[in-house]
Amino acid sequence: MTKNLRVKSSEYIDETNRISFKFNGKTYHGFKGDTLASALLANDVHLVGRSFKYHRPRGIMTSGSEEPNAIVQINPGTNRTEPNVRATEVEIYDGLEASSQNCWPSVEFDIGGINNILSPFFPAGFYYKTFMWPASFWKKYEFFIRHSAGLGKSPTSSDPDIYDHRNVHCDVLVVGAGISGIMAAKNAAKNNFKTLLVEEKNELGGSTIYENNEFNKIDNKAPSEWLKKEIEELKNIKNLEIKTRTSVAAYHQYNYLLARENLTDHLEAKDKTNKIRQRLLKIRAKKVILATGALERPLIFNNNDRPGIMLSSAVKKYSEFYGVACGSKNVFFTNNDSAYESALSLYNKGINVEALIDIREQSESKIVKKVKEAGIKVYWSHTIVDTVGYKRLNSISIMKLSNDGTSVTGSKISISCDCLGVAGGWTPAVHLYTQSGSKLKFDEEKKVFVPNQNTSEQISVGSCDGDFKIDEIIKNLNHKLKDALNIKETNLDNIKVEIDQENSKRNIWLLPSDKPIGKTKPFVDYQNDATAKDIKLALREGFRSIEHVKRYTTTGMGTDQGKLGNMHALGIIADTAGVKMGELGTTTFRPPYTPLTFGTIVGRNVGKFFDIFRRTPMNDWHVENKAEFENVGQWKRAWYYPINGETMHEAVQRESKAARESAGILDASTLGKIDIQGSDASEFLNRVYTNAWSKLAIGKCRYGLMLNEDGMVYDDGVTTRLGENHYIMTTTTGGAANVLGKLEDYLQTEWPELDVYLTSVTDHYATASLCGPNSKKILKKIIPDLDLSDENFPHMSFKESKIGNVQCRIMRISFTGEHSYEINVQASYGKDLWEKCIEAGKEFNITPYGTETMHLLRAEKGFIIIGQDTDGTMTPIDLQMDWIVSKKKYDFIGKRSLYRSDTMREDRKQLVGLLTDDPNIVLEEGAQIVSELNQSPVEMLGHVTSSYFSPNLKKSIALAVVRGGKDMMGKKLFVPMENKNINVTVANPVFYDEKNERLNA
Amino acid sequence: MFLINCPYCGERDQQEFKAGGEAHIERPKQPTELSDDEWAEYLFMRKNIKGVQFERWNHAHGCRKWFNMVRDTSNDEIKAIYKMGEKPPTQ
Ligand SMILES: [Zn+2]
Repeated sequence: MTKNLRVKSSEYIDETNRISFKFNGKTYHGFKGDTLASALLANDVHLVGRSFKYHRPRGIMTSGSEEPNAIVQINPGTNRTEPNVRATEVEIYDGLEASSQNCWPSVEFDIGGINNILSPFFPAGFYYKTFMWPASFWKKYEFFIRHSAGLGKSPTSSDPDIYDHRNVHCDVLVVGAGISGIMAAKNAAKNNFKTLLVEEKNELGGSTIYENNEFNKIDNKAPSEWLKKEIEELKNIKNLEIKTRTSVAAYHQYNYLLARENLTDHLEAKDKTNKIRQRLLKIRAKKVILATGALERPLIFNNNDRPGIMLSSAVKKYSEFYGVACGSKNVFFTNNDSAYESALSLYNKGINVEALIDIREQSESKIVKKVKEAGIKVYWSHTIVDTVGYKRLNSISIMKLSNDGTSVTGSKISISCDCLGVAGGWTPAVHLYTQSGSKLKFDEEKKVFVPNQNTSEQISVGSCDGDFKIDEIIKNLNHKLKDALNIKETNLDNIKVEIDQENSKRNIWLLPSDKPIGKTKPFVDYQNDATAKDIKLALREGFRSIEHVKRYTTTGMGTDQGKLGNMHALGIIADTAGVKMGELGTTTFRPPYTPLTFGTIVGRNVGKFFDIFRRTPMNDWHVENKAEFENVGQWKRAWYYPINGETMHEAVQRESKAARESAGILDASTLGKIDIQGSDASEFLNRVYTNAWSKLAIGKCRYGLMLNEDGMVYDDGVTTRLGENHYIMTTTTGGAANVLGKLEDYLQTEWPELDVYLTSVTDHYATASLCGPNSKKILKKIIPDLDLSDENFPHMSFKESKIGNVQCRIMRISFTGEHSYEINVQASYGKDLWEKCIEAGKEFNITPYGTETMHLLRAEKGFIIIGQDTDGTMTPIDLQMDWIVSKKKYDFIGKRSLYRSDTMREDRKQLVGLLTDDPNIVLEEGAQIVSELNQSPVEMLGHVTSSYFSPNLKKSIALAVVRGGKDMMGKKLFVPMENKNINVTVANPVFYDEKNERLNA
Repeated sequence: MFLINCPYCGERDQQEFKAGGEAHIERPKQPTELSDDEWAEYLFMRKNIKGVQFERWNHAHGCRKWFNMVRDTSNDEIKAIYKMGEKPPTQ
């Protein structure tokens, strides 16, 4: 039977709306307004998980996003399941299911708990030291780690939810809606700044909204009451947009911030459907006001991690805000006044407070006196030396602290308790601030890092700037707002604040125990089970840099990034190493501040929107005719057209034969096309291609090779002269965008004096490539008026004509070695053109072929494919294409590099043909080539770049790059494979129709 | 994510731009006159300093114009932006 610890009705909890949910399979009840954590605590459930390394039982520690322990799996086993969610952030709804992570078989009985008993063998760096050796054991270690760690389970089916991205522009972005954020947003908006206020929780007001310390007053009202009125007024302010359940994950340079807006996570399953679950806001703000607040620190003492040990501020929030008592016998442990506020808050609600343990010698503030008047025992100058209770705290032992705070004296007192609220002071939440590139400084008096040097238009206000008292907050907020927004007056000018709070604090980073440190477990990072002992060990082993200590001990490397314990880690390092904290610096806080779902990151870019793809105008025909497709750049290209269940090999053999024996047709629309105009167009081509262009006659085509400035082949294609000052250049499919970019670069930056204009027209034209001995007859049928004689329309020339009423450009050029035509029409007529060719070609058994057959046909001719036979290290000379490099031209891109000593080496890798001794063996592309088999090590001479079985030659052919290959014609080489060695002979790379007779066939 | 003030279009998100390496390296007018070392100096050698650096940028997903930027690489502060062919600002 579980206890009900609901103590009083809270205005934030709707007790008329009872909600049923399951945790670890058991049904519980809470109310609308509860988080999973508050509802569990109301049911007296503290034990919610196990720690990562030692599998120690862990409870709910905080009430916010900094939670290190209460990490749960939401809706396990469903397609909406989500691991690593903080129970303190989950708003409950009917039907919610959650389960503990990090434990097997159950949180109550966990096999990994054995690690706790073995913990002397799991010191800092354990993983590095042990699992590194021997390497062959790594697989076993990995199995062990994965099974015992269990960082939650990812869903196994696809995410049913919709995610969204939105760009947001504002004058002022305010992050955090506590008292500072609200007042900042209000004043910004009232002064006509377009303002956005974001808050990670579902309610506004931060901790002030439940602040009922009777000694603090704003305008003679309790701060909570005063703030509620201010919040009420926000509704009527123009220019102000408020987004709750929205947490800023990242703060980049130039005030670019990413925030996640949570829209449906708090809704029942039936209300989630067809709604956007989470939206990533990409915010560009002119000014950013950080009001991110402060996080309470725990204290570091022996066994400070048991379920029931919580932050004092969390105990207070659960009681004030959620109306939940975290225990029946409560004790507080503190080094400052704030635990007294928590104690009084509980006391006022009739919740039993047993005692306060204060490491200070005394405090004289009114609130302390009030606690003493209430009859609550305060132990001054005492510290906790141990705690008892495995799955739930049941007692603590305390002893008197020595004057210097490094040891304990006197006799041990045991205090029975089931909840311990710990208050170690406040740490400004500067995570986003540092992400923006701004720099912190260490405040010696407050013992915290505070904002110091801003790099962008930003300010930090309130407790994230180190102001912890309401009077300081209001005063500093007022002048910071006036400065930042350049305004003369604010509604803070005449506010009267009364406050009773002493700043007195005794800071001891690691509290002593009566046991030697080696026998204690003072946890610094709860999620990763790093103790003060581990940090000291790291320092003993010689680590000094805070970043190294962090990695070695894994302190601060959990999903919570050690939000609670980072300052203690720094403090312990500083104390142990005898340096000042300010000198150590901090570790880097990296985005995201709290974890983001993958869905939020990718937004709408899923499924077919994951990566854009381009389709040619003929695409529908290819689909209807059952083509298989291949991705080339972003294009979907027809790869081959299998008939009657043919394999790719069978289809390609058939297509290749048909193209050479009668007629084939290829969709070449994807080739890059650049329209070049201007009075210097010829000169421009002279400079970008290796060969000469000035003398190319109008109506003629020429193949060109483009180099990089380093002399390496970059792209190739045929360019046609359409007019005196007008060319159309084709590029490779994949290189189109880069070639255009490169040409524009040279034009704009090196040769601005040239009168040349470039326009990409790739998408404007559809291209059908008609090839084979019957191609001429087919074209004649389509355009009867056009004179196709070799005299009128020879190879490498161009005609403008019409198919019916449709204008077309025809180039008689060939990438297959056959008589062939490339017919270009306006893209929208592409499919029509294609179908006309197919219709006209029927009597010649015209065969559509895809990219695979195109590759085979050109390989038979020894034509290179950029990016397949070249890899950015091949010069035209290496490719045995010396013929295309002009000796006469003074300069072109890459020319000088062809005469560098390195590019002129005779033993560079050069393109050659390879024939296998057994004509039926097809080499693997990428296979290595050697000249010796019985030598070890043996030099790799090169590799196979293209390899096919040629149906036209009835043998296997290959292209390869081989060191010094040019002079190896006829030489026997070897291609060693896993199971066999293949004998090959170096050959001329032109395997088919060496004399180019078929071009005019 | 920078906010870059394209001299032709105005302030745009960094996503629209492409970085193009060190600025003010002119392609030699007479490459054939250069020794291997001199050519290599032009071809391969680039500064990569922590501090103020002169860079080329291209508004690739916008007006496609190239321009120059002075950027402090230590904190990514953009100190100046000017068109191709214009003189770099003196510090
Ligand atoms: Zn632009």
